[in-house]
Amino acid sequence: MTIEIPYQLQVVFVLASVGAACAVPGVFLVLRRVALVADAISHVLLFGIVVAYFATRDLASPWLFLGATASGVLTVALVELLRRTDRVAEDAAIGLVFPALFAFGTLLASLFLRSTHLDVDSVLLGFAELSPFDRSEWFDFLPRSVVVLFGIFAVELFLVVLFFKELKLATFDAALASTFGFAPVLLHYGLMTLTSVTAVAAFDAVGPVVVVALLVVPAATGYLLTDRLDALLALSIVLGVIGGVLGTLLALAIDTNIAGTVASVLGLQFGLVFTVAPGRGLIAQARRGWQNRREFPERILAIHLLQHEGTPAEDEESRLAGLHRHLHWLPGDVLRVVRRAERHGLVERRGELLAVTPAGRELARQSFGV
Amino acid sequence: MLILDNPTLRPVALGLTAIGVLAGLVGTFAVVRRQSLQGDAISHAALPGVALAFILGGRSPLMIVLGAACTGWLAMTLVKGIVGRSRIPFDTALAGALAVFFGFGLVLITYLRKLNQTLDTRPPVGWLEEWLQPHARDATNHGLEKYLFGQAAFLEDADVTTIVGLGAAILLLVGLFWKQLKLASFDRDFAASLGFPMRFLDVLMTSLIVCTVVLGLQFVGVVLMSALLVAPVVAARQWVDRLGMLCLLAGLLGGVAGFAGAVVGHQRSGLPAGPVVVLAVTALVVASILFAPRRGIVWGLLRKRATA
Repeated sequence: MTIEIPYQLQVVFVLASVGAACAVPGVFLVLRRVALVADAISHVLLFGIVVAYFATRDLASPWLFLGATASGVLTVALVELLRRTDRVAEDAAIGLVFPALFAFGTLLASLFLRSTHLDVDSVLLGFAELSPFDRSEWFDFLPRSVVVLFGIFAVELFLVVLFFKELKLATFDAALASTFGFAPVLLHYGLMTLTSVTAVAAFDAVGPVVVVALLVVPAATGYLLTDRLDALLALSIVLGVIGGVLGTLLALAIDTNIAGTVASVLGLQFGLVFTVAPGRGLIAQARRGWQNRREFPERILAIHLLQHEGTPAEDEESRLAGLHRHLHWLPGDVLRVVRRAERHGLVERRGELLAVTPAGRELARQSFGV
Repeated sequence: MLILDNPTLRPVALGLTAIGVLAGLVGTFAVVRRQSLQGDAISHAALPGVALAFILGGRSPLMIVLGAACTGWLAMTLVKGIVGRSRIPFDTALAGALAVFFGFGLVLITYLRKLNQTLDTRPPVGWLEEWLQPHARDATNHGLEKYLFGQAAFLEDADVTTIVGLGAAILLLVGLFWKQLKLASFDRDFAASLGFPMRFLDVLMTSLIVCTVVLGLQFVGVVLMSALLVAPVVAARQWVDRLGMLCLLAGLLGGVAGFAGAVVGHQRSGLPAGPVVVLAVTALVVASILFAPRRGIVWGLLRKRATA
């Protein structure tokens, strides 16, 4: 029996599997603050492919996959080596290593591979459009990259479930993790190898730059929404898949570059969450600031009244008519604040005087932390 | 002065040297702030600006530089805003902005290309296609490669004048605000307590780096520009400790690497100058880390042997 899946749907599958496979390592890249190492790795893959091609002279060879992955790990090792000399900061080390390897790869390609047409343009743009034509051998109704990426995703999930406790501890308390005997170096290289493998597998579909967006942006978006590692992993996967699917549909509709559209959709997704995220978003921040500004005078009023409650000066200090002199406010502001505080049940009038209610007393006490 | 007499080599050598000097000087501030990869982010984020400049009808190098500067600057401003208003770390924001902006640039360029192809077979439909028609044709002629790898070999005397002129303006600004930039780079809190306008200084610093990057971008390419802002500074840092000396030496080393790349690329024709410059400057870094007096690794080993 042959199953025929429409072309559009196949491309959607490819980008959805890229989104899912990138999201898992992405979470740890963001939390461990090594997002820029992923950027370096993705730039160097081209170097690895060129060198492996140089050795095998076969563009279909699996050595290209291995060579590219190895070049990613080599980048990490070189950055680590430079950092260990204590003469270069990590960010500068990254900025030294990947241009050097990239330049080396470009030189090799331009010196010795003139005859082969390594189309720089299409390498950088990614060929998501072509991926449905390269079918998997085992599941011949699916593009090869879907099967490969889904396999990687399954391995990632397996590793994360198996080592969840260790990953959590090593990510949030590296010092404690190393006293327990988890090797931080091993974990670092493990994560970076996984990142390299994922980036290489995604390379064909999305190119070297956009893969960074798929790794980093869904995890960053999820990080705005949750504090739990398991929820963050789930959210990033969902956001990555949604971004991949929406971006692909949009790109197919307006006939433009699929990888770039997916990156743009992920950026918009982040912007949207950054604006409306409950508690942490821009709107929530603005509302909190606005509420604080409104609430602050009522708080001051309650403190003032509590301060003089039952003292001989109360008759003078808490008299509504002269309150603006004691608080150094404008008389109009005093009236507005008093009215609002009355409405909120913080103060009440006792003839000429104002007094705090139990709720107002509570608020004033809270301000002093007693 | 054989090099200055050679009409094809002269602009390339002068231009690359000038870009190297400028990048070394300005890059110093990015590196000492531990934000070395700003240049990488800006050069990627410039892509949609280049495309937008084309769409809006800009063809002169100055218009393209302006477009690139706009989106590069926007990306850095967004990164700073995100870091300031959330718990997203700086490196994540930088990597995310770089990739998203670059992706959007790819969308614009691909759209223009496809449009150009379809317009060969049918007339434009709707106001958007009609408006974009003349621009689509031009955008196809100017490949992505020029932006990504730079085309140092096509540097002309006029470009050198632009680079030197704008470069001089950038250096003038660095000189004018030297004291403020220096303090803001090393002790922000102290600088703020002295009443320095920190926001203005941050914007100024970002703008200087953005200008340097986009100025060099179309001649040396994305990756080389990232390297030129970082490597000369790291090399120079091994030799000197003071910011002033660091700036000057980084500028000097950047200039030397640029010049060497131009000459080697010229002598072995077909060798792209960009990668040669990167490898030259990387060699300077490795040599400096190994052999610089006092800080060099080799000296450290010799000392250890002498005391043992």
